[in-house]
Amino acid sequence: MSMSTMQKLAAGFAALLISGSAGAAWDFNMPRGVTEISQEVWNLHMLIFGICTVIAVLVFGVMIWSMLHHRKSKGYKAAQFHHSTTAEVIWTIIPFFILIGMAIPAAGTLIKMEDFSDTDITIKITGYQWKWQYTYLDEGIDFFSSLHPDSNRARQTGAYGWGSSAFDELKKVNDGNYLLEVDNPLVVPVGKKVRLLLTSNDVIHAWGVPDLAIKKDAIPGYINEMWTKIEVPGTYRGQCVELCGRDHGFMPVVVKAVSEEEYRAWVAQQKGVEPAQQVASAASVIAAVASDAVAPAAAAEPAKLSKEQLMAKGKEVYDTQCAACHKPDGSGMPPTFPAIKGGKVSNGPVNAHISQIIKGKNAMPPFGSLSDEQIAAVVTYQRNALGNSTGDVVQPDAVKAAR
Amino acid sequence: MSHATHADHGHDHHHGPATLKDGLWPWMMRWISTTNHKDLGTLYLCFAFLMFFIGGLMSLVIRAELFQPGMQLVQPEFFNQMTTMHALVMIFGGVMPAFVGLANWMVPLMIGAGDLALPRVNNWGFWLLPFAFALLLSTLFMDGGAPAGGWTMYPPLVLQTGDAFPFLIFAVHLMGVSSITGSINVAVTILNMRAPGMTLLKMPLFVWTWLITAYLLIATMPVLAGAVTMLLTDRYFGTSFFNAAGGGDPVMFQHIFWFFGHPEVYILILPAFGVVSMIIPTFARKPLFGYSSMVYATASIAFLSFIVWAHHMFTVGMPLAGELFFMFSTMLIAVPTGVKVFNWIATMWRGSMTFETPMLFAVGFVILFTIGGFSGLMLAIAPADFQYHDTYFVVAHFHYVLVPGAVFAIIAGVYYWVPKWTGVMYNEKLGQFHFWWSAFWINVTFFPQHFSGLAGMPRRIPDYAVQFTDFNVISSVGAFAFFFGQFVFIYIMIQCMRGKGEKATDRVWEGAHGLEWTVPSPAPYHTFETPPKVEESETPAHA
Repeated sequence: MSMSTMQKLAAGFAALLISGSAGAAWDFNMPRGVTEISQEVWNLHMLIFGICTVIAVLVFGVMIWSMLHHRKSKGYKAAQFHHSTTAEVIWTIIPFFILIGMAIPAAGTLIKMEDFSDTDITIKITGYQWKWQYTYLDEGIDFFSSLHPDSNRARQTGAYGWGSSAFDELKKVNDGNYLLEVDNPLVVPVGKKVRLLLTSNDVIHAWGVPDLAIKKDAIPGYINEMWTKIEVPGTYRGQCVELCGRDHGFMPVVVKAVSEEEYRAWVAQQKGVEPAQQVASAASVIAAVASDAVAPAAAAEPAKLSKEQLMAKGKEVYDTQCAACHKPDGSGMPPTFPAIKGGKVSNGPVNAHISQIIKGKNAMPPFGSLSDEQIAAVVTYQRNALGNSTGDVVQPDAVKAAR
Repeated sequence: MSHATHADHGHDHHHGPATLKDGLWPWMMRWISTTNHKDLGTLYLCFAFLMFFIGGLMSLVIRAELFQPGMQLVQPEFFNQMTTMHALVMIFGGVMPAFVGLANWMVPLMIGAGDLALPRVNNWGFWLLPFAFALLLSTLFMDGGAPAGGWTMYPPLVLQTGDAFPFLIFAVHLMGVSSITGSINVAVTILNMRAPGMTLLKMPLFVWTWLITAYLLIATMPVLAGAVTMLLTDRYFGTSFFNAAGGGDPVMFQHIFWFFGHPEVYILILPAFGVVSMIIPTFARKPLFGYSSMVYATASIAFLSFIVWAHHMFTVGMPLAGELFFMFSTMLIAVPTGVKVFNWIATMWRGSMTFETPMLFAVGFVILFTIGGFSGLMLAIAPADFQYHDTYFVVAHFHYVLVPGAVFAIIAGVYYWVPKWTGVMYNEKLGQFHFWWSAFWINVTFFPQHFSGLAGMPRRIPDYAVQFTDFNVISSVGAFAFFFGQFVFIYIMIQCMRGKGEKATDRVWEGAHGLEWTVPSPAPYHTFETPPKVEESETPAHA
């Protein structure tokens, strides 16, 4: 009985390893990346790794040779020397010069990385628990970037069990980019020096993408800067790299590097304005997102929404923003994350409900960064679903008034 | 004469330590009220092993959740509590008390002193620890759970901790007081109570490394206490030390924390250097090579440890000059550390080596610690650190220097000295099995983490992208195998404590030198009540 359990375990383990390696090539090393800086960093990494390897082979070689030959069991008689100034001086000075040899190229690369002159585009990145906000300072574009809803559903505790079949399912989520896909990626043009300003709205986060060899902390109250110039179009992925609370593992970074023309088209689409010179290239894109394009115009005069619209939108917001802590069915995880189902706030006064979402409370971060419409929708949803039925319908203007 | 014999007999009977045969209560009171350095050494070591066990269980929760992608076992919040508590328990409850325990037992025996200079302070220092860890571990059962903001306690995140927050702060305070009393005691004992003829440069290296460690502790523990107290007032009394909105600076906490934290790294490793520097000469049957350069290298490392702290913070956005300074100063540490490794190898060179368990663990230490040193050197290179920073590469690095580093040295020291403590030899076959099992699985656990880190896997995440799966599976298997192998060690130690095993000689090891080997095995309850004469052959540079 126990034998067969052991065999099953071993077979499951083997299957997991095999399916894992079939899914993606084994990455043993740092990526070379797609910028001049990332290539330099990779060279530096390989240089120092090479030096360490050579030293390791020499030092451990001598040590192991000694362990094999200078043994009592081989009748080796111990020498009694215990000092040699010459040897001490040699093995102090040689490492010192090796270090200087490492320090010079490292300092060179570091100085390049800190050169912020002649940047073409500036984007401000703000960290939130647990999403990123991208603000294109020159273009006036501003949006949030959160974990993709598919990944978000898949990463709930218990959503997937153990074993290779669960693993195979997980590999299909977001086309193999489980946990590394967002709803709205950062879009930048290739061949331009992009300056990134970093700050945070709550705790310290860190924004990094290995393929670009950049990583820096986003600190509340401070603005950090870094830059990148991507040479190759493509999608580059990273994650938050500074512990920022419960969902630290679930706020990925996705950067889409596109050609100058595509970037212009994307900017135009985001602004909802068609630049005359780009009508041809942008037209198809804009057509596809026509419904989104009218949204900014509508925001000026908040329209009344039907209860159905609010509920549909509210469910979407709830599943991406609230379900992580309050659970998809609203049962929560008391006492830290109270239940929405039958909860005091969601069945109490409407204004207190709105205000808690905007301002946060205890472990709950403020969600004031959501739009009036999103907050109105999620409040309506929470009050009329998840086991609650207050019948309240909250419109965006109520949220606007509460801010 | 017969009168004197009679009196001696009575003396032994009344003043010997109470055993279980004297009843449970007297036995308990002996341990609670003891001021004997050997008793307290035993208490420290037993406490440390209990904490290693608890911290180890926490690491198993982490490794089980990371066995494959997807969240199978725990909530992310609990995962963060486990990583935070694992670190606090292992560092402050495991490694530090274990080295204090070794110092308690061995420093007086090595310098020919009757006890530590401040025996009652010694008792107090130990008995603070169970209270500190009761406070800390009780937070697991509180509203909002245990601290989950990482052992580094960075604000503003740590200020989001629930009811556990003040318990965390006061636990750290108690640990700090305990460490400071312990280190003052060791420093005072070493400087004042050496036997005549035991000059500073004749002290065994374990004593030297502990003297330097004690000063590091005295210098940095109050800094940590200050930092966490500022957190406390920020949270409860409206101060804004670390709150930018109130004119404070969240990065300042990191500077203060790492001004403590980097010397702390050497607090964890310098005594390990000392232990290994005792063991290698014994089993090579050859004096330690370059004794005085070992002492100077230790002192240099200690000095440098105070001026490299910001290499933990390369990504916070320091000015270029700061990054360059901390990069260069950090790289410089490789020089004295290299000297130590070369000296150990030169000690082994042309020795007449045997490989009993303590030697196996010591050699394992030299090789695996050096691997951790290499990755440390890579991390020092600031531009490359932007890639390594806060990834599993860092996790692999510090676990290499702490587990097959500090912890292997502790285990080596225990095997080396346990015959002196208990009077019996441990089971050599099982001991060697314990080494090979541990050395194999610890590499299976931590080596793949270099690769997942280089591929970009961040640390402190409860779930990961599918391309990191292979290395995490291997790492988890290794962690479980390593953990369960340690029961062999517990069994071996229990057998020794029960006196089961071959009777140990006073010298214990053929190549052993030093005052601790001149007293009987097991070491009597009171040793060196009159200072011994220090023979030249019992000092490290003996010819």
